[in-house]
Amino acid sequence: MALQNVPVKSKKSAAKAAKKKTPKALPLPKELLIRMHSLMVKARVLEERLIKIYKNGDAYFWIGSPGEEAFGVPLGLLADKGQGPQHDYLHLHYRGTPTLTAMGMPMIDSIRLIMNKATDTSTGGRNFCNHYCFPQWNVVPVSSPIEVQYGTAMGTAHVQRRTKGSRGISIVTGGDAGTAEGDFASAMIWASRPGRELPMLMTVQNNQWGISTDYKSQHGETNIVDRAKAFHIRTQIVNGNDPIESYLILSQEMEYIRKTRKPVMIEARVSRLYGHSSATGANLIPEEDCLLDFEKLLLKNGVLEEKTAKKVWTDYADEAREAQDQARTEAAPQGDTVWENVYANGENADWRKF
Amino acid sequence: MASMAQAIRMALHFAEENMGLKDVFGQDVGAPLGGVFTATQGLKTAWNTPLDERGIISMATGIAMTGERCVAEIQFADYIFNTMDLLKIAGNTNWVSNGNYTLPMVVMTPVGAGIRGSVYHSHSFDAWASRLPGWKVVMPSNAREAYGLLLAAIDDPNPVLFLKPKALMRVRGDELIPGEPADQKELKNRIDAPLGDTRHKWRPQWPALEELKIKIGEARVTREGDQLTVVSYGRHLLMCNKVADDLKADGHSVEIIDLRSIYPYDWQAIKKSVSKTRKVLFVNEDTEVTNFAEHLAYRVTQEMFYQLDAAPRVLAGKNLPGIGLHPNLEENSVPQNHDIENACRELIAEMP
Repeated sequence: MALQNVPVKSKKSAAKAAKKKTPKALPLPKELLIRMHSLMVKARVLEERLIKIYKNGDAYFWIGSPGEEAFGVPLGLLADKGQGPQHDYLHLHYRGTPTLTAMGMPMIDSIRLIMNKATDTSTGGRNFCNHYCFPQWNVVPVSSPIEVQYGTAMGTAHVQRRTKGSRGISIVTGGDAGTAEGDFASAMIWASRPGRELPMLMTVQNNQWGISTDYKSQHGETNIVDRAKAFHIRTQIVNGNDPIESYLILSQEMEYIRKTRKPVMIEARVSRLYGHSSATGANLIPEEDCLLDFEKLLLKNGVLEEKTAKKVWTDYADEAREAQDQARTEAAPQGDTVWENVYANGENADWRKF
Repeated sequence: MASMAQAIRMALHFAEENMGLKDVFGQDVGAPLGGVFTATQGLKTAWNTPLDERGIISMATGIAMTGERCVAEIQFADYIFNTMDLLKIAGNTNWVSNGNYTLPMVVMTPVGAGIRGSVYHSHSFDAWASRLPGWKVVMPSNAREAYGLLLAAIDDPNPVLFLKPKALMRVRGDELIPGEPADQKELKNRIDAPLGDTRHKWRPQWPALEELKIKIGEARVTREGDQLTVVSYGRHLLMCNKVADDLKADGHSVEIIDLRSIYPYDWQAIKKSVSKTRKVLFVNEDTEVTNFAEHLAYRVTQEMFYQLDAAPRVLAGKNLPGIGLHPNLEENSVPQNHDIENACRELIAEMP
C-alpha cells in the first residue's frame, strides 16, 4: 500500500521531521481512506436518523450498529457483491448497517424498513429495523433469534465449496454473547470437518455486552476465537475500532478463504455506542468512538480537511432527513396482504380457502 | 413389490438423476449404513453429518437459500424437537422476506409408534408440524405413495416435511412404482446393499424409474362407503382400511380418506365425503390435546353442523409424556384396530 502524505524533504530533514512532527503513515490509499470515512459517516448518520425516527414515534423499535462502523464498512467494501454461489453470501445479524451501506444500500431502504412501509424491499413492513434482506447481493434475511445465522452460513458455504470456479465465501457476523448458543459450535464443527472444510468467514463483533449482561461475567475463555483454535480454524483478533487495521486484516483473511476454501474466525473488539436497542433507551454512551477517532486521524494526516469532513456529515444528514420525509409519504402495508408469500409463487396457504 | 424404505430410496435416486438433487444428508445417511432404515443406501448424493440436528436443519436451510434442492434427514422425529426454532425460521423465511427467499428443502423423519421403540423412538410429529406455517407436511401410507409424495416434495419450492411412518418402512405395497421390477427378489438384488464387508465395494443397479408426483394437498379415497367417513394418514390409514373391510363383512359401509397431506389439507375431499355420510372420525397417533385432527373436527362442526348426524370425533394418542416400551403400555397409548373399530361402530349406531 502507498504511504500517504509524507512530506517530500531531504533525507535527513525528512527523518527528523518524521520523528518529531510527521504523523504515523497510513497504510491505505488516500482515496480509500476518504471513501471509508464517508461510508462510516453515512452509516452513523443513518443509524442516528433511525434512532430519531424511533424517538419521534415513527417506528416501534430500533436496534442497530453505531460503534461498529470501523469493522462493518471494510467488511462491506471487501465483500464480493452479487447473486448466486460465485459471489459472497452474507448472513448478518441486526447490526449490519455499516456493511450494507458500504455495499451500496440506499439510506431510504433502511428507513422504509424501520418505518414498516409497503415499499420496504427487505420485509414489506413485516420485520424490525436492521433485519435486512437483499437477494441481489446474497444478503439472506436477518433473523431475530441469536446465532442461527452461523448455521445457515454453513449451507451456502457448502454450495460454494462445490461450485466449480467459485471464489465466493459465506460471511457470517454475530455478537459476543451469542457465541454461547449451540449454533456457534455447530458452525465451527461443520466448517472444519477434514476434507470438507467450508469457505466461511465467521466474525464475532465483541462489544463486551449481551443486552445488560457483561462479557466478563459469562466468558471463561480468554478470547472467543480461542475456541476456534481447537478446530484448527485460522483466527485473528482485530481492533474493530480501527478501520485501517480492520480493512487490512479482513482483506488478508478473505483472500485466504477465497484461495484455500477454508474457514477463518475473526474477533473484532468494537464499541456499542447507543446500547443494545431502543429497549435500553438508545442513548449515547461514552465509549471509544471509532468514527470520531478516524476522522481526527485523517484530519491530522491531511487526508481530510475540516471543511470537507463537515460537508460529508451535513450532506448525509440532509439525505437521511429527506429519505425520512419521502418514506413518510409512502403507503403502509395493507392488512389483507398477510397471506401473501406464506408459500412461494402465490400459492394459497389460508385453510379457509382450501 | 417395494418396501417403503426401497421406495424412498428409489425416489431419491430418481431425483438425483432427474431433478437436480445434489444433497441427501443426515446422521448415518451416507455410506456405509445408508440410513437406519436403509432408505438412503446406494445414493451418490448421500452423505453423513455430525450428530447435530440443529446443524442438519441449518445446513438444509442454507443450501436452499442458494436455490438448490436438498433432502435432510433427522434420524427419528423424537430428536427433531431441538430444531423447532430453526423449523420456524425455514417456514417463515419466504414470508418475512416478502417473497425474496423461497426455500426448496425437504426434511424427512421417521415418526410414530408400532415398532416397540420406547419413549424416544415412538414420537409423532404431525400435530407439531401442523403448527409450522410456511411448511407443507405430508405422510405416506404405502410405498408407492411414498415415492410419489417424496418426488412432489422435492419438486416443491417450499419447505416440506416428509413424515415417514416408521412401522411401515419395511412394509411392501400392493402397487408397482413406475419402472419398478415386478420381481421382488430382482429389486432386492439390484438396490439392497449386502451385509458385511463387501458393502463398501457394492454399487446399486438402479431400475429405469419413471416420474410419479402425487400432488401435495390432494387426498384419496381408499375405501368407499356411505355410513361414516374416517380420515387418517400414515400407518393408521392401513389400520382404518382393515377396520372398514372387517365392518363390511358385518354389513357396514365406511368411507376411508387417506389425507396424505396434513398441510395444506384437502378440505374439499373431507367435505364431499362427510356431506354423504353425515358422520366423521379422525384417526391418528399424535397426542390428543391440540391434535391437528381437532382443527379438522372443529371445521366440520363449524361449516357442516346442520348436515351432521353425530358429533365429529377424534381418536388419537393419549395425552401422555411418552410411549412406554412394554406392548401393554404402547398398545394402551396409541389407537389400535379395536379402538378404531369400536369408535366406528359407536358412530354408525349413533342417532341424532
